[in-house]
Amino acid sequence: MTETAVSPLLQVRDLRVAFRGRPVVHGIGFDLHAGEKLALVGESGSGKTVSALSLLRLVQGATVQGQALLDGRDLLTLNERALRGVRGGDIAVVFQEPMTALNPLYAVGDQIAEVLQLKRGLTGAQATAATVELLASTGIPEPARRARAFPHQLSGGQRQRAVIAMALASQPRLLLADEPTTALDVSLRGQILDLLSDLQRQHGMAVLLITHDLNLVRRFADRVAVMEKGHLVEQGAVAEVFARPQHAYTRQLLDSRPVRNVCEDPVPADARPVLQAQGLTVHYPVPQPGLAGWFRAGRFTAVKGVDLAVPPGRTLGVVGESGSGKSTLALATLGLQACEGQLQVVGQDWQAAARAGQLRALRRQVQVVFQDPFSSLSPRMTVEQIVGEGLGIHEPGLDAGQRRERVLAALADVGLAPTADGGADWLQRYPHEFSGGQRQRLAIARALVVQPSLLVLDEPTSALDVTVQRQVLALLQRLQRERGLSYLLITHDIDVIRAMAHEVVVMKDGQVVERGECRALLRAPQHPYTQTLVQAAA
Amino acid sequence: MTTTSLSPSRRAWQRFRRNRLGYGSLLLFCALVMLSLMAELISNDRPLLVRYEGQLYVPLVQDYPETVFGGDFDTPTDYLDPFIRAQLAKDGNWAVYAPNPYGPNTLNYFAKAPNPSAPTADNWFGTDDRGRDLLAQLIYGFRVSVLFALALTAIGTVLGIVTGAIQGFFGGKTDLAFQRFIEIWGSMPELYLLIIFSAVFAPSVGLLLVLLSLFGWMGLSDYVRAEFLRNRQLDYVRAARAMGLSNGQIIWRHVLPNSLTPVVTFLPFRMSAAILALTSLDFLGLGVPPGTPSLGELLSQGKNNIDAWWISLSTFGVLVLTLLLLTFMGDALRDALDPRKQD
Repeated sequence: MTETAVSPLLQVRDLRVAFRGRPVVHGIGFDLHAGEKLALVGESGSGKTVSALSLLRLVQGATVQGQALLDGRDLLTLNERALRGVRGGDIAVVFQEPMTALNPLYAVGDQIAEVLQLKRGLTGAQATAATVELLASTGIPEPARRARAFPHQLSGGQRQRAVIAMALASQPRLLLADEPTTALDVSLRGQILDLLSDLQRQHGMAVLLITHDLNLVRRFADRVAVMEKGHLVEQGAVAEVFARPQHAYTRQLLDSRPVRNVCEDPVPADARPVLQAQGLTVHYPVPQPGLAGWFRAGRFTAVKGVDLAVPPGRTLGVVGESGSGKSTLALATLGLQACEGQLQVVGQDWQAAARAGQLRALRRQVQVVFQDPFSSLSPRMTVEQIVGEGLGIHEPGLDAGQRRERVLAALADVGLAPTADGGADWLQRYPHEFSGGQRQRLAIARALVVQPSLLVLDEPTSALDVTVQRQVLALLQRLQRERGLSYLLITHDIDVIRAMAHEVVVMKDGQVVERGECRALLRAPQHPYTQTLVQAAA
Repeated sequence: MTTTSLSPSRRAWQRFRRNRLGYGSLLLFCALVMLSLMAELISNDRPLLVRYEGQLYVPLVQDYPETVFGGDFDTPTDYLDPFIRAQLAKDGNWAVYAPNPYGPNTLNYFAKAPNPSAPTADNWFGTDDRGRDLLAQLIYGFRVSVLFALALTAIGTVLGIVTGAIQGFFGGKTDLAFQRFIEIWGSMPELYLLIIFSAVFAPSVGLLLVLLSLFGWMGLSDYVRAEFLRNRQLDYVRAARAMGLSNGQIIWRHVLPNSLTPVVTFLPFRMSAAILALTSLDFLGLGVPPGTPSLGELLSQGKNNIDAWWISLSTFGVLVLTLLLLTFMGDALRDALDPRKQD
């Protein structure tokens, strides 16, 4: 690429954004040339999305200062009418969640045709033809038929392709892509990114990619700008920045790939598995169409005849895309989902325990950590109530002082040691005062306080920022080494599997399609799905 | 991270306090309710305290026959009687009267103006067509309305929460059966049932409360059900199940506190709806038994005596003020509990 006398397509100078007087972006500046792919990278709350969307003044309630020159016209001072011409005209946006970016009441084709008619002045018939062409160019099969489909009738990947087609309809010179692949399954992410690359080359447009995923940046972008807490700390060519990061924060980001530090000794031959399943099958009732639906429900088999075993002190990784039945497997393991086949936790069957009236004692042995730290803690309970609740049930003999001691000990175990001065005050805080990583630690403390043998980790880090993710994984590894905990780790993130798992099973459509020792399996994946996953993470 | 630690409900309360219109309405409403609860001290046809020939009497709480104060008959004293007044005003005797010396049902046989009388120095708001003091009726009528509305709201809210919680938490067949029941129950003609029942039974406030409660819980129940359906499958509820909590504990500690937002938001609006319901039933003559001070009955009098503008105007004013205060409170509460608003 030539970066000589050509003046940039977009010049951002000293951009400042504030919400009700509280600044969130503190004067950032960058250039974007025609046909260039710039990635804006940062963790959540770094202001990357706000920065990009405020260029089009799309952020409500924000005061924006500075300059954003598109061909010498300042977008930030343009009148509303002229700005509407730029939005969806010169600059188009692709949002993260394709389901909400499309209007559910209109056919996909109609929504694209609307843009064509508005921005390019095509007639109805021309627009329809152009719509089909656009959809075809995004790789949607049977574009003429899909154009008449409603958003809910398309798959997630197809929806995102349709959103991209809509963005391209106005032949923009700049495409703002705000986390365009985050809401999609891992195996689809690569495809969408390749599509964006192809289209970018064909149309010669510039792309501003907003992402937190460094793998995407490496694969996609020409240049990268790193944001931290509203400051632009580093920018440059991707190869340059990745090879020789200058700023400490960039180094931290690049270095955030989780490290494997787990017990690698072979499992003793006589060790009894903490979790053992044979021929595990789970059905869901689903409504049946037609008259038959009045009389009986249909059956959807979410898990079909799965065998697995988790030895003590080891981690079994379960990999699969959404809908593969891995979360159902987690619920069955927790005894929250009726199942067929054999499922034993510390040598006991859930049904047998229920019959023997020992359900509570068994529940204590299996605890869970969920993906989303914002929905896994009740917003109306204090830290002490949340962590101490399990003690109230399983060790009712403790008095208030002993219980508080145990709660504090559990918090210290997960690295949430309250400061010396405000320990008690700290216990009375509510979840909303903690960051995502701290909340996830609280969820782990809640599980640990009753001293379980098995932790079910359902995507424990995928809602966290990369640097926090690394810390939480390190914590889980330390707890496993110290206490001999067993983990059933459910994830779609190969990096997490690589760092944590001893054995891996790969699930697809409710069945185990591949299994084996972690590193061997990742080195030479056999099943096509596993291969896509491993490639996507490479 | 903030240094102070407040529960979500306390933060909502602070947001509510910052809304000056809503908070002011709450204070004024509470003050009015407190005043009306002390109505006997403000508006009463008996003196609060009497000293007669060296002895102290408390007519406020005790009946004295006229003979005690030098009258001829062994009947309860009418303290509006000029003769009794003169007796009490003699040397050494005194009496402390309420600021408004009429009760809600006091008939002043010694009034100077014909009924209904326009506002005068004796009757500040005038009298109704039976000669009862309007101010006294408004004070007592307001009290009856507010207490009735509080009771109706409380019963309806509890019923709504319980039924909504059962449907939402257990879902499935329980939910299905209950929903059908609600559909049948909700399609019964409430007003006709009220008319029929008021013909069959002797009308009373209690009966009215029961009848209105029977039909008043369904709207709220749907909201609570929806909240429960949403909250019961959140991760913290699953975690609580995995921890081994019983259904009761899960409902009480986890789901219920997080499902009360619509309930709290609707409280003032439900109260104003209850006041309106009572007023309209009274207006139609289907409400409280005769002799109970009631705003609806006053409105109906105002309709029948269109020339006596003071009746309809003052009653209308009290109603509008009450409903307006409740609506302002409701608006402020809704804003305070809006999950999209951060502070």
